Amino acid sequence: MPTAIEFFKFLPKTNCGECGHPTCLAFAMQLANQKVSIDACPYVDSGAKEKLEESSAPPVKGFSVGLGDNSLRMGDETVLYRHERKFVNPTAFAVTVTDAMSSDEMAETVSRHSSMTFERVGMEFRLDMFALRDETGDAESYTDAAKNLVGLTDWPIVLISGRPDVLRPAAELLKDRRPLLYSADDSNIKEMAAIASGLGLPLALRDDTFDGMAALVEEARKAGVEDLILDLGSGSMKQVLENNTVARKVSLRRTFKGLGYPLMNCVGGGEGAVKKAMVAVMKYGSLVVFDSIEPQQALPLMTLRQNIYTDPQVPIQVKEDLYPISDPDAASPVLFTTNFSLTYFTVRADIEKSRQPVWLQVVDTEGLSVLTAYAAGKFGPEHVTAALEASGALDRSEGPIVTPGMVAKLSGKLEEALGRKVMVGPMESSSLPKFLKGLKE
Amino acid sequence: MKVIHMAKVPMPKEKWSGAVGRMALGDGSVNVGGVKGMPFLSFEDPQEHRPLLAGEVVDDISDFPSLVLEEFGTSAEDPVTWASEWKSRGADLICLRLLSTDPERADSSPDEAAAIAKNVADATGLPLIVYGSGIADKDAAVMEAVGKALEGHRSILAYVEEDSYKRMASTAVAHKHAVLAFSNLDINLAKQMNILLSDFGVDRGDIVMDPLMAPLGMGLEYSYSVNERIMLAALSGDRMLQVPMVCDASQAWQVRDCSEEDDSLGDAGERAAWWEFATALAALLSGADILIVRGAKAMALVQDAVADMGGRS
Repeated sequence: MPTAIEFFKFLPKTNCGECGHPTCLAFAMQLANQKVSIDACPYVDSGAKEKLEESSAPPVKGFSVGLGDNSLRMGDETVLYRHERKFVNPTAFAVTVTDAMSSDEMAETVSRHSSMTFERVGMEFRLDMFALRDETGDAESYTDAAKNLVGLTDWPIVLISGRPDVLRPAAELLKDRRPLLYSADDSNIKEMAAIASGLGLPLALRDDTFDGMAALVEEARKAGVEDLILDLGSGSMKQVLENNTVARKVSLRRTFKGLGYPLMNCVGGGEGAVKKAMVAVMKYGSLVVFDSIEPQQALPLMTLRQNIYTDPQVPIQVKEDLYPISDPDAASPVLFTTNFSLTYFTVRADIEKSRQPVWLQVVDTEGLSVLTAYAAGKFGPEHVTAALEASGALDRSEGPIVTPGMVAKLSGKLEEALGRKVMVGPMESSSLPKFLKGLKE
Repeated sequence: MKVIHMAKVPMPKEKWSGAVGRMALGDGSVNVGGVKGMPFLSFEDPQEHRPLLAGEVVDDISDFPSLVLEEFGTSAEDPVTWASEWKSRGADLICLRLLSTDPERADSSPDEAAAIAKNVADATGLPLIVYGSGIADKDAAVMEAVGKALEGHRSILAYVEEDSYKRMASTAVAHKHAVLAFSNLDINLAKQMNILLSDFGVDRGDIVMDPLMAPLGMGLEYSYSVNERIMLAALSGDRMLQVPMVCDASQAWQVRDCSEEDDSLGDAGERAAWWEFATALAALLSGADILIVRGAKAMALVQDAVADMGGRS
């Protein structure tokens, strides 16, 4: 984005107020904040406008695939490292079916992967898309398979064929579902771009080299296709890492404009696929296409995606609730802590290590850790009492209430408010196993 | 139709002014550090990236994950055979945790602990990263004996923290070992630790740092970003962050869904290997020079990955 001063240079500096802002500088600042459009100023000439539009275009273009609730957005990324702001649109995972599969086989594959869902810290993880690969080279067989697939899933679809004559009828049939077309390379770019342009669908481009890819992008844009995703090869983890990094770097640094699109990787199957997918999640992949994936690999992979795409400025929070650990009963102690995920995870792991049954009450502190929340007035006796009452903790256990050692000061007031025995726990979570074992004796 | 290639995409090679310091371990033949670009980007740093992989061995398996013990069979009954097994599986280092020194466990003496470390070093010839039980006072005493016993076989004594570093740091200096500086997910604290140790008289070439690798699903993203920021600062010339980074992937086993038995989550042993691998890969891509790995299958995955990224393991 241009800065306010860069915008200001193009303005008439007459402070005429016709744009609705008192001065040109005030208007320039609103422009830099993306609050208003340059069109509001009638005096900026078209050449200047073009220049400004070019430099304010997003460095990585975004687009959507699929329709409605199941549509997915790719691209729109603005940073190289997640600590700079955040990664925006999480990597989508697609699993492949083919037109050589029987309809039972396809139904089974779709159903197995659709139901591969996991719940983790109050979030549901799942795969996102299905890819239909042309295995027969026969347009009729491929179109039938496409028809079959849309009846089996609402998820967005990738249509995979290198042959324009095979891809076109299926693309026409599915166009209202807004599938992604894969792929155009230097042997078929004209025909593929014509299909994508005619149907208004996003198109994947495939080339191992940066210069070759840049040429494909030019061709596609000439044909009027702007919704592009680039596949720079996935032969090894090295290729995924380096090619994705180079394409993203030149785009964000604006040293080259032609590769500013989302990136995708077709990783195949087996262990190698999971490894490449993990690289793609950390290194700029918007879409990963698998042959297939197993749940024991999918859960770690999806957890990685959730971790990496977390907004670093917003702490992950755990839902305020009463969490039973190791089958607690009416005599088990009730510990409480904040809803900052790292605090919760640490405390939970240490309680599990003790192998003692415990009720763990999470108090909503807006994602602050124990001391910070206490200092900010979000972890006072009234908050703890309210959480314990809301969750029914006091009815479920008559055991002692235990405060974190860091906020031992709470114990007096809590005892008063609850009319229950309140004990002070250890300063460090790591001492919990010892503390809990001691409590039992 | 062939497209005519016209555009020339410029390689985005950074002009880094700094590099991670080099360090020799063992008899001097095992080298770590020296990285001159962001991890595994050969266009930034053409030299072969070679992170060191340390296999974890503990001397008290009483509450060690059974899935790992199954992988190692009877060799896990003795630290020396366990370490030798790691060597045959291609480990570069042995991470030896002397848990038996914990006063709550066997409370074994510093000399007993040192004898174990010496036996492991003699049997494998590999450099060690030696941990005590995590009780600072006891660890300092244990490391005095360990440091002395391992003199001439340069190893890493783990670990020192902001409020207790002097005794273990002195031991490292006296017996020419490296010392591991621990900090808790904070780039400023990581730097502060290195400054504290330097001011205390530890050569920068004798410091390795552990900025805490939070495992997958338990804060991995914090570590990933802290590590990246440390790497970027080191490469940009911050000398006090130019020391090799140790990341401990074995902490993945702390996460409940890493290894709990639940059919809907797939095979637990496989899942645990991938859980630890994901943690390890995030560490490698964000800057780890030395990686501690617990599971045998996870180690095999990591070794393959390092090779597939153009490094050597």
